Amino acid sequence: MADIANLRTSAETGLSTLFETARKGFGSDKAIDREEAFRFFEAAGLPSRRVEAFKYTDLRAAMQEAAPPADAPSLDVAKAAVASATAFSAIEAVRLTFVNGHLIRELSDLDRVPAGVSVSPLNDALSQGDARLKNLAPVAQARENPIYQLNTAFLADGALISVEAGAKVETPLHLRFVGAGTEGFSTATRVLVEVADGAEFTLLETHEGPNGLTYQPNDALDVHVGKHAAFRHARINREGDKAIALSTISVRLDDESRLETVNLVTGAVLSRHQIFMHVAGENVNAVVNGATMLGNGQLADSTLLADHAAVGGVGREMFKTVIDGDATGVFQGKIIVRQMAQKTDGKMKSDCLLLSDEGQMMNKPELEIFADDVACGHGATCGAPDQDLLFYLMARGLPKPIAESLLVQAFVGEAVESVTHEGARAALIGEIEAWLASRG
Amino acid sequence: MLEIKNLVVQIEDNRILNGLNLTVNDGEVAAIMGPNGSGKSTLSYVIAGKEDYEVLDGEILLDGQNVLKMGADERAAAGVFLAFQYPLEIPGVGTMTFLKACLNAQRRARGEAEIATPDFIRKVNAAAEKLEINKDMLRRALNVGFSGGEKKRMEILQMALLQPKFCVLDETDSGLDIDALRIVSEGVNALRAEGRSFLVITHYQRLLDYIVPDTVHVMSKGLIVKTGGKELAKELEASGYAEYRTNEAA
Amino acid sequence: MPAVQETIDRVRSIDLDQYKYGFETTIEMEKSEKGISEDVVRFISAKKNEPEWMLAWRLDAYKRWQTMQEPDWARVAYDKVDYNNIYYYAAPKRPAAMSLDEIDPEILKTYEKLGIPLREVEVLEGIAPERRVAVDAVFDSVSVATTFKAELSKAGVIFMPISEAIREYPDLVKKYLGSVVPVTDNFFATLNSAVFSDGSFVYIPPGVRCPMELSTYFRINERDTGQFERTLIIADKGSYVSYLEGCTAPKRDDNQLHAAVVELVALDDAEIKYSTVQNWYPGDNEGKGGIYNFVTKRGDCRGARSKISWTQVETGSAITWKYPSCILRGDESRGEFYSIAVSNGMQQVDSGTKMIHLGKNTTSRIISKGISAGRSQNTYRGLVSAHKKASNARNFTNCDSLLIGDQCGAHTVPYIESKNASAVFEHEATTSKISEDQKFYCLQRGLSEEEATALIVNGFVRDVLQQLPMEFAVEAQKLISISLEGSVG
Repeated sequence: MADIANLRTSAETGLSTLFETARKGFGSDKAIDREEAFRFFEAAGLPSRRVEAFKYTDLRAAMQEAAPPADAPSLDVAKAAVASATAFSAIEAVRLTFVNGHLIRELSDLDRVPAGVSVSPLNDALSQGDARLKNLAPVAQARENPIYQLNTAFLADGALISVEAGAKVETPLHLRFVGAGTEGFSTATRVLVEVADGAEFTLLETHEGPNGLTYQPNDALDVHVGKHAAFRHARINREGDKAIALSTISVRLDDESRLETVNLVTGAVLSRHQIFMHVAGENVNAVVNGATMLGNGQLADSTLLADHAAVGGVGREMFKTVIDGDATGVFQGKIIVRQMAQKTDGKMKSDCLLLSDEGQMMNKPELEIFADDVACGHGATCGAPDQDLLFYLMARGLPKPIAESLLVQAFVGEAVESVTHEGARAALIGEIEAWLASRG
Repeated sequence: MLEIKNLVVQIEDNRILNGLNLTVNDGEVAAIMGPNGSGKSTLSYVIAGKEDYEVLDGEILLDGQNVLKMGADERAAAGVFLAFQYPLEIPGVGTMTFLKACLNAQRRARGEAEIATPDFIRKVNAAAEKLEINKDMLRRALNVGFSGGEKKRMEILQMALLQPKFCVLDETDSGLDIDALRIVSEGVNALRAEGRSFLVITHYQRLLDYIVPDTVHVMSKGLIVKTGGKELAKELEASGYAEYRTNEAA
Repeated sequence: MPAVQETIDRVRSIDLDQYKYGFETTIEMEKSEKGISEDVVRFISAKKNEPEWMLAWRLDAYKRWQTMQEPDWARVAYDKVDYNNIYYYAAPKRPAAMSLDEIDPEILKTYEKLGIPLREVEVLEGIAPERRVAVDAVFDSVSVATTFKAELSKAGVIFMPISEAIREYPDLVKKYLGSVVPVTDNFFATLNSAVFSDGSFVYIPPGVRCPMELSTYFRINERDTGQFERTLIIADKGSYVSYLEGCTAPKRDDNQLHAAVVELVALDDAEIKYSTVQNWYPGDNEGKGGIYNFVTKRGDCRGARSKISWTQVETGSAITWKYPSCILRGDESRGEFYSIAVSNGMQQVDSGTKMIHLGKNTTSRIISKGISAGRSQNTYRGLVSAHKKASNARNFTNCDSLLIGDQCGAHTVPYIESKNASAVFEHEATTSKISEDQKFYCLQRGLSEEEATALIVNGFVRDVLQQLPMEFAVEAQKLISISLEGSVG
């Protein structure tokens, strides 16, 4: 069997070639060890379904060719692309715009970041040897992950965001990622967010791109939430219908900190969103949600690792998936409670509605518990919409599609209800409605 | 029967009892009243031997023997019974199974023979009838799915069955409607006897209309601050706890 | 109800030496040469006077096994087995017994010590209690006695060692052997196919309700011996059978391998209830010795409206790797899995089930209760899947884990795969410890800490115990308490 694994696919060979080219452009900075990351990636190759963590999302089979790293677009191309990007656009926010994985300074609000926040483009930070770079990649399990390794190896652009201790920042920062062009490409971006002790910060993130374009975005978010600090995050994946979208959040939580993150997926032919959460401090409170709505041909994978390594953490994870057409939903969630993490209270739930006979849902919720004084649980359900409820609504005069839409909206809506930022919550609900409307 | 001397207790660095003294005589029914947060429930748990509480000083003597060194089960065998304010549910454990296991554990601890099953069933049925507990409840898992009133009646049934010496009733009236209160009180009154004493802990005077105490103590800030006859309860009913209230919000 | 009291008494009566089945029987044995080879496979087949087709089947399995690799995905860690340092065949030297009187008295004594009623005479003459269980006893590699054979055959039930069935009912065996667990299903199953020495064969004819419970007791006695039994149960249309299985082994410092295969086939409207109390020697508290229990058990609900129910109480073995599963092929068929897995000391358990819904309107139910104590690791691993055509499939799964002490681990790894919109799957899992408040409540009523724990644990596993036949339930309850001995306090 060993020899089969060693047979390199065209995409794997392509990635090696691309890396050879890309490395010539790397600066002499020591903060990011791209070489090491690629070495680790190359040793194992693209993960296939034989790799347990990719059992349901066979990247080796899905990624047939490696797309070359995108060049920075011209300002005109970038402007045109941004004009069509609408996700979260109605919200008053400070925006950083990335087109094809490159920060477009002219279309970013670098000069008007709110008080208490500082933003540096990643490339500036690298050339200046910014001290904050040592805080990249805060979670060990992420560093062992092939998607994250690829991101590190090809890392081209990004930003460093710091929030001062005690700053309660009301205006959210919006990371707007847009894809454009006619030729396939790949991106690798990394944003580091440091929320210092006692600070509060909201980050919005959107990913959009044109249909018909085969592109491969790979974005990573490294977050460190300090003591008594709060980090709130809402993300929309509305990538084009041929995109293979890979994303990773790795977040380290200190004492008494709060995390709120939600990811809403309607886009990409294949997407995998990974969350590595490391509960490093005591009495942390984390809400991690996902809302996924898929139609024909799509596959979306949400993979979560909640690693409790400190006393008294409370984790609430809720993932809602709606499957239409022949789409596939994947949820893999693992709660680890280490021996020192007594009094951990972890609840994880994954629910799926199958709207068509061709759709499928793969659920793998796991518990790995080494502490005895805990209350942990997970639940998973899967099935068609409740026929009794449907009948009830129809008996009140609603046509079936409307009745079904109402039920679906209520079902998915639960995952975004907990979003603190009102505008973001409303926009997420809008996304859900728009998806239902487009279903017809 | 029971003598508490200079009892000082804390939980997680919070001092709850501050040198409490209390004597309950043979056959006496003593009531303890007091505002929320005065330490009433702590006292009941410390008498029964709950581990979370740290006893810094003092002693609790049952018939002259200090029980503080004894485990909760040993105290139970020695005759201490606590009727819980919130009786616990134990899923999967049949009520009859539980009752018999407890009764026999206590008998063994006292060097007595185990009870024969027919005798046991007869005893339980007799006690259940008095407390208007139906057979179906006895067949279910202990306290699982019981209403508040049913749980309290089950506590008194256990008391009747185990025939303890010293009974602590912790807020037994909470969550009871008037009929349940009457049934429970009658159950308790039927157990009043020579050689058995009661400590009735309650916030409201209402219960004491049914279980008429010999003595009433008022507790505040971890101390007994006033002692009198049953008329003291009536006074409190009229005047409230204002003068005894602790500074913190309860 | 008296069972609880017995549990408590039993817990009290145990001294530190908990494993009471750890004795060894001294008896003359005949063994194959050590290690595995084509010759050893031929030797086993020859010992059993097998027909040529059976030998060919074994040799084919052996050939395939040599190309396979030991699975490593389970959450268990152990020193790899040296497959050439095991005896694959060990049998008492006396010739096979024709009646109980011919069985070596030492073996009879062994089974008496284990509390297994081989003396059907006593039962028939009314000396022993009236409950009747037909027993097939497997001692190391061979079946030493099958009781109640005559009475069963009156009902048309075939219950005999599989080695006899191969000779006497070759057509039945050929038709069903390997039809549920294919020869190359997995490393251990393939090894078993090559070297299995004995086991039980059951056939229930159409419409027959088996007049008594059938039972097999497995005993590994000989040092350095692997046990590879093979069980095949066929319930023909409209029939019913309840089958019990028990296992013990002597205490030894080295690890012994047990790699069994059990295949169940239920045709239209048939029902099979399979109960296991597994109490192989678990090793000592430091993890020395104990059985490696690598077992493949699978039931095929081949007919419409058929039903297969697995109930297991797993308290023994150093390592358990076991997933009794159901293939729900027939429309409206039903699969059930009820499990209690207790681990203590250094034991490692990786166990669970697969419910594979293929037919329409199929239902399944999984109730798993894991209890970890000491420094043990206890994993539930399960798969529930609904295939495209499994419309209206239903599954309910409940996995609860209880941790006693902070040196052990409890893990849950379910895979839930739905490819049909009308399928409804519900899964819930919890992990917790015994509530301090519940324990205090029990102590306040006079129960000791150990009694309180036993009582609460018994409550925790009750849903599963109720699935076992009465006597087995009592035995299982005792075993659970014994296994947890020393974990409290």
